[in-house]
Amino acid sequence: MAKTIGQEFVKGLWEEIPPFRLVLGLCPTLAVTKSVENGIGMGVATTFVLVCANMLVSILSGVIPSRIRIACFIIIIATFVTVVELIMQAYAYQLFLNLGIFIPLIVVNCIVLGRSEAFASKNKLVPSLADGLGIGIGFTLSLTVISAVRESLGTGKLMGAQVFPTSFEPFAFMVEAPGAFICLGLLLCIMNLIGKK
Amino acid sequence: MGDYTVLIISSILINNIVLAQYLGICPFIGTSKKMETATGMAGAVVFVMTLAAIITWTIDTYFLKTLDIEFLRTIAFILVIASLVQFVEMFLKKSIPALYAGLGIFLPLITTNCAVMGVCLINIKEEYNFLQALTSSISYAIGFGLALVLFAGVRERVILGRVPRPLQDTSIGLVTAGMLALAFIGFRGLV
Repeated sequence: MAKTIGQEFVKGLWEEIPPFRLVLGLCPTLAVTKSVENGIGMGVATTFVLVCANMLVSILSGVIPSRIRIACFIIIIATFVTVVELIMQAYAYQLFLNLGIFIPLIVVNCIVLGRSEAFASKNKLVPSLADGLGIGIGFTLSLTVISAVRESLGTGKLMGAQVFPTSFEPFAFMVEAPGAFICLGLLLCIMNLIGKK
Repeated sequence: MGDYTVLIISSILINNIVLAQYLGICPFIGTSKKMETATGMAGAVVFVMTLAAIITWTIDTYFLKTLDIEFLRTIAFILVIASLVQFVEMFLKKSIPALYAGLGIFLPLITTNCAVMGVCLINIKEEYNFLQALTSSISYAIGFGLALVLFAGVRERVILGRVPRPLQDTSIGLVTAGMLALAFIGFRGLV
């Protein structure tokens, strides 16, 4: 059953929202969500790569021999990651420093490769664009939610503004590694509860 | 010599690649349901990570830096890792079939294991010399194996318990990993 372009876009926002519904791309999800700013930055960078890679893969899918397709996809993705890296270095240097090695690591983010392989290589340009954009925005939303929970509980602040009264003792635990794992685990549990209805 | 001991301890325990640096989480969650697959994956990672780190370090130092084309690092590294994995797979299949049977299915997965690429990038970022890069990548690989095997052991027990339905599978897995990461924070006092 063919979906319309709108449906391809919307499914990334809820039905297949990464990393909750598709448990992929966990490393950047855990690593950069210490603050909302980093979370959104990472989300936008990944969305850009996803959309561009999806489009190029769908255009080239007739040309790429199927035996070496994974290698070709990886080179396409790596090219766009390099583009993002250079753009960030030029226009958002602080963000570039905060995200550190996780920008080049978008190459090995399984969401991007997964979409190229599972969707873009089998579909036309416009649906692939919608799919990449939907999944990318879904990923950005998830990162924003996770980082909002972690930042507000871990530091008592949200993007510099105090959200809890100063008498609130922040859980420094939440911005550390264990907090990241537990926070994501519990959010996944909440998603499962809502999905059960 | 003391520097290397510190490097080894901090790479294995304090800055553990999975539990403190958040790299390689996908295989960590994905292959830890059974002890057998966990040890297989750990072995494959130790092997590939060490080789990949040495090769990428050499390429970066003698090729990318001398030619002043460091912006190609991402593409170069991922190509090296992907072809290395392919090569190792073919080599093992031909000459050490027993090892291939053990590691076989885990090898292709390693291409998208961000821990491998991550360690290569950390070596460059920290400006390690060759020996330090070698030591750190072996230690990080051992750290990955250690975390994976420990986690698989815990997870095998968790399956036996009665877990509430919404928490099942990945969700409880992540919470368990959080507990393990909490335990690893205890090593911070070591160095």
